[in-house]
Amino acid sequence: MANVISDETIEYVGILAKLELSGEEKERAKSDMGKMLDYIDKLNELDTEGVEPMSHVFPVNNVFREDVVENGDGGEDTIANAPEARDRAFVVPKTVDQ
Amino acid sequence: MSKEYETVIGLEVHVELATKTKIFCSCSTAFGSAPNTHTCPVCTGMPGSLPVLNKQVVEYAMAVGVAMNCDINQYCKFDRKNYFYPDNPQNYQISQLYLPICHDGGIEIETEAGKKTIGIHEIHMEEDAGKLVHDDWTGESLVDFNRSGVPLIEIVSEPDMRSAEEVIAYLDKLRMIVQYLGASDCKMQEGSMRADVNLSVREVGAKEFGTRTEMKNIGSFKAIARAIEAERERQIDLLESGECVVQETRRWNDDKGYSYVMRSKEDAQDYRYFPEPDLVPVVISDEWLQQVRDRQPELRDEKLQRYMDEFELPEYDARILTSAKKMADVFEETVVLCGKPKKVSNWLMGETIRLLKEHDMDPEDITFSPENLAKLIILADAGTVNSSVAKEVFEKIFEENIDPEQYVKEQGLATVNDEGALRETVEQVIRDNPQSVEDYRSGKEKAIGFLVGQTMKAMKGKANPAMVNELLRELL
Repeated sequence: MANVISDETIEYVGILAKLELSGEEKERAKSDMGKMLDYIDKLNELDTEGVEPMSHVFPVNNVFREDVVENGDGGEDTIANAPEARDRAFVVPKTVDQ
Repeated sequence: MSKEYETVIGLEVHVELATKTKIFCSCSTAFGSAPNTHTCPVCTGMPGSLPVLNKQVVEYAMAVGVAMNCDINQYCKFDRKNYFYPDNPQNYQISQLYLPICHDGGIEIETEAGKKTIGIHEIHMEEDAGKLVHDDWTGESLVDFNRSGVPLIEIVSEPDMRSAEEVIAYLDKLRMIVQYLGASDCKMQEGSMRADVNLSVREVGAKEFGTRTEMKNIGSFKAIARAIEAERERQIDLLESGECVVQETRRWNDDKGYSYVMRSKEDAQDYRYFPEPDLVPVVISDEWLQQVRDRQPELRDEKLQRYMDEFELPEYDARILTSAKKMADVFEETVVLCGKPKKVSNWLMGETIRLLKEHDMDPEDITFSPENLAKLIILADAGTVNSSVAKEVFEKIFEENIDPEQYVKEQGLATVNDEGALRETVEQVIRDNPQSVEDYRSGKEKAIGFLVGQTMKAMKGKANPAMVNELLRELL
């Protein structure tokens, strides 16, 4: 494995992904990520000079909707998914931009 | 010894587009409904749901880009911006990073220092997030997804502004362009236009930019000016005391007049952008782009010139009338109906603006119809109502959009031009005010004013003042 993931990196990625990893899980994730990067290195061996980056596999574009309201009041169905609701709104722990 | 500093400012302006439906689903964008009324599996991020792009969003974005002299990326696509926050049910926002729809434009602003072009770095399309309402009582937050998926364009300027005055001129110009295109109502108070300010300072003459900060949560033009001034001072103080400006996002508190750090460096966001797999690319053909160019309406600068040429209005009037699209629309429609541009202009520039200020409203909030204003102008012109009654009736039109013809009839407000009736009242006033009559006769010209006033009062303001004057002089 050519790519070695540092403890700091796995710690940081864990924070970004909102994951709490045990020591054992961290080691496993480090190894997995190293292998993934090795694979990317392999792909990088290809000469892609002059090749447009591809974002979609299918040669399809311009799939549009017209600007017409078709959905009615979806509130009840939406709220049915809420673990806790009040006044037709989802209740979540207090979240304020800080 | 203090150094001279220059402020360098760039803006990111989010504008909510005036589409009827959201960007990726057929839910209504109506404002002010009960929480979660306008929601569906797409805009609440349900697994398996798929977004489909609203064509009108692309049209509006293109129109704004063309009006801001941008190049249009005729091949553009969407990207996923990942972040965790309860206002965002998908845990990602669909936005554009790599190929935004418009780039490299510019708009001209005018300040007291003269004209200047502010570069537009790019304009991209994206979706808005839901709204969080914080309940201090229970310590909980309530989430409403009605706004989730409402289409936005983000207009990113180059760091070309150097003062709060330039920033306000830029925002004003931007708002007028977008309003004229009908792409948004751009109401800062309601959040349909929001500006983030990127600001740094550097010594005058320096080539490199200083470290910048980004300020969010600025809700009005006045707050923007205050936030810029405070942030400039804060950064200069740091530099003067030998410290460094830290690149960070700050939140402006306009009540307290200072900003504080929102996101610290340690949990700096890594958005892990990647191409949005659920949406196919947008390819804008030359024909489509040309159609949008051909459909561009008359924008502010052209309209201003036309008002001066076609209606022979002074530049001052033309400037005020065209400063808001709604005002210009009401003006033009009323002129078509009554054919008296200068009179229409006077009603809009005088009473309308006075009442807007009094009610703390924007011109966009005008609800009266051009028909009713035109009718009033015709009534006043024909002498059916005198000018003070006309003002009274106009207030009713402004507030309740009443039909002035009907209202004047019902309330009996028509000017009394009937000489017989007037003569009777004038004779009565003369009998009741012997002192004033004597004053007048002994040469006190002013006394007649009092008698006119008494007559008008007796006639409940409906008399023709010229006629009253004439009758008084005759009978005295």
